[in-house]
Amino acid sequence: MLAIVVLILPIAAGAASAVLAWRRSVSWFGTATSGAVLITGVILAVQVVHGRPVVALDGALRVDALSAFMVIVIGVIALLATWQSVRYLSAEIDAGRCSQRHAALYGVLVQAFLASMLLAVVAANLGVLWVAIEATTIATTFLVGHRRTRNSLEASWKYITICSVGIALAFLGTVLFYLAALHVGGHAHASLDWTALIAVSHHLDPGVVRLAMALLVLGYGTKVGLAPMHSWLPDAHSQAPAPVSALMSGVLLTVAFYALLRFKAIADGALGPTFPRALLVTVGLLSLVIAASLLLTQRDYKRMLAYHSVEHMGLIALGAAAGSSLAIAAVLLHILGHGLAKGVLFLASGEILLSEGTSEIDQIKALLVRRPALGGIFGFGLLALLGLPPFSLFVSELNMLRAEVQVGLGWAAAISLVCMAVIFGAVMSHGRHLLLGSAGGQRVHKTPGIVTVPLIGGLVGCAFLGVIAWPMQSLLQAAAHVVAI
Amino acid sequence: MSGPVFSGSLELAAGVVLVCAAVTLWRRSLNAIVKTLAIQGLALGAVALVLGIHQHDGGLIAVACFVAVAKGAAIPTLLRRVVRSDPTSREAAPLINVPASLVGAGALTLFAFATTAPVTTLLPTTAGRLIPIGFATLLIGFFAMTVRRKAVSQIVGLLLVDNGIALIAFLATSGVPLIIELGVSLDVLLVVVVLRVLATQMGSRFGGFDLDQLRELHD
Repeated sequence: MLAIVVLILPIAAGAASAVLAWRRSVSWFGTATSGAVLITGVILAVQVVHGRPVVALDGALRVDALSAFMVIVIGVIALLATWQSVRYLSAEIDAGRCSQRHAALYGVLVQAFLASMLLAVVAANLGVLWVAIEATTIATTFLVGHRRTRNSLEASWKYITICSVGIALAFLGTVLFYLAALHVGGHAHASLDWTALIAVSHHLDPGVVRLAMALLVLGYGTKVGLAPMHSWLPDAHSQAPAPVSALMSGVLLTVAFYALLRFKAIADGALGPTFPRALLVTVGLLSLVIAASLLLTQRDYKRMLAYHSVEHMGLIALGAAAGSSLAIAAVLLHILGHGLAKGVLFLASGEILLSEGTSEIDQIKALLVRRPALGGIFGFGLLALLGLPPFSLFVSELNMLRAEVQVGLGWAAAISLVCMAVIFGAVMSHGRHLLLGSAGGQRVHKTPGIVTVPLIGGLVGCAFLGVIAWPMQSLLQAAAHVVAI
Repeated sequence: MSGPVFSGSLELAAGVVLVCAAVTLWRRSLNAIVKTLAIQGLALGAVALVLGIHQHDGGLIAVACFVAVAKGAAIPTLLRRVVRSDPTSREAAPLINVPASLVGAGALTLFAFATTAPVTTLLPTTAGRLIPIGFATLLIGFFAMTVRRKAVSQIVGLLLVDNGIALIAFLATSGVPLIIELGVSLDVLLVVVVLRVLATQMGSRFGGFDLDQLRELHD
């Protein structure tokens, strides 16, 4: 029942946007439903953490600890992003850049986007998972191009063509898994169910599964933003409106990664951990190296944040490659921490773009002096993202590195540490340029509470998880148990 | 359907899918390319129909009709409108010329037969032996997307990739479960609608449909 409620909430908010014309109250309703998704996710988590998975619609929807955790992640970031959307849309309408109809369309698309992400994580069937992830591409393309400038149109085109090709490869991988399962003699209707596949995973044909897993890493890896399939990511994330960037970077990437985790568990059963591990280590290290080299020379702060996502997806891929319970629990905590920190930073960057009118790092100085609240949030967000304590990314990165060393991936952990050090230096120098300096007598601006309250809340949440992980501990362990080796 | 008729018609329909993929590389007129894509969609429907009749599978026959309508008629109609609003409607300067592209398509087909060995050994049936044709169509689609410079040609390349995968799915598993097949087709249709809107916006904004215009965003 609750699994259905999770899907109905965003659909209701989207329908409200479609039927009623745009006004602030409708937009706030979207925020309220995102909050309700979060609460439902927490209730689901409590139900499944020590019990059996929640099943609905004849077994089409199935929520285990991993799904419940992902619902919580989506709920948290959606709450922040829809909260900020109210501000974004009012500002765009006041500035005459956006009509009422256009604002209503934005509301519908954001909720459709949320609904498809939620469907992806609660679906029991890996085919439905694919359909839902492809649906996120369709919903977000117009959101990327929402500002209808030449650049955002270019970003949308690249986004949908590259991601559609990627996702097509993922479908081929899914079909090959289905073929392997049919050959074992699985029941035709159950063969794409993830529980059915994992039950027969030891009997799947290794040759076909190897081909399928390579296609899935390439395919879903495109949506995750792993190098070398990442080229759409900096364009799309820098051109989209800030709340959409926050959702795309904070959760959409990791929802696609969730798909990889599910398939990896089946492939581990069929092939043993070596082959899936080699694939993930390759794309993970490549992502880290590319992110480090491009962050050094970055001149645009939204693109800087986008490449930072490539780095974190690389770290998560390395953690998943290790695959032990410790590693997967750390990967999941990292998914939540990265979502919070990156969500806050993209939302703050939207506010900076709105008030400063540029996204070039060179054009902005002394933000901390001129806009103390906004500059402070951006600064602390960067520190969180770079993995400094007390934020949770510190704990999760440390545990991922430990797990990698334990399974004999110490060399990969060492390379990732070097890349992280380079990125630390690069981002600190960009951040110093943006935030510090003398204001030159310019007056101090206040940042409205509608902006600061959710963002500070997000940062406090991220720090809280870093200091006291106990509220999440049993859920993380139960979720890790589902897909760990 | 008797054995030889079944295998003959299945081979014919799958062969038409591959030939159409090669023809899209050969033709430069966008109208002709879209027409070829429509024929390919119908051939894909025929593959599903032959399999459905052979296996007495009513669901698969329904899917076959749906595929033929969606890929043989609906999608080409959507694309034809974009072609009509494009003043030049020709692929004037692909990155690789036509003879070289055709040689490339041949090489990709050989490569497809080499890489699909694990699948064909698992499935030594009439349908299973044809799976490399699907892979070849998919690879030619990739090739078309990278060497062609028109918005419509890129959409066609994407659809070739998609048709190749659909062909593999039909041949390997007699189609994924019906509900998934419908979801997949709906997604593809929506992607084409979205791409069409973007192409039209690009046409009115930049005054052309050349993807060489997309050079603003880079590092």
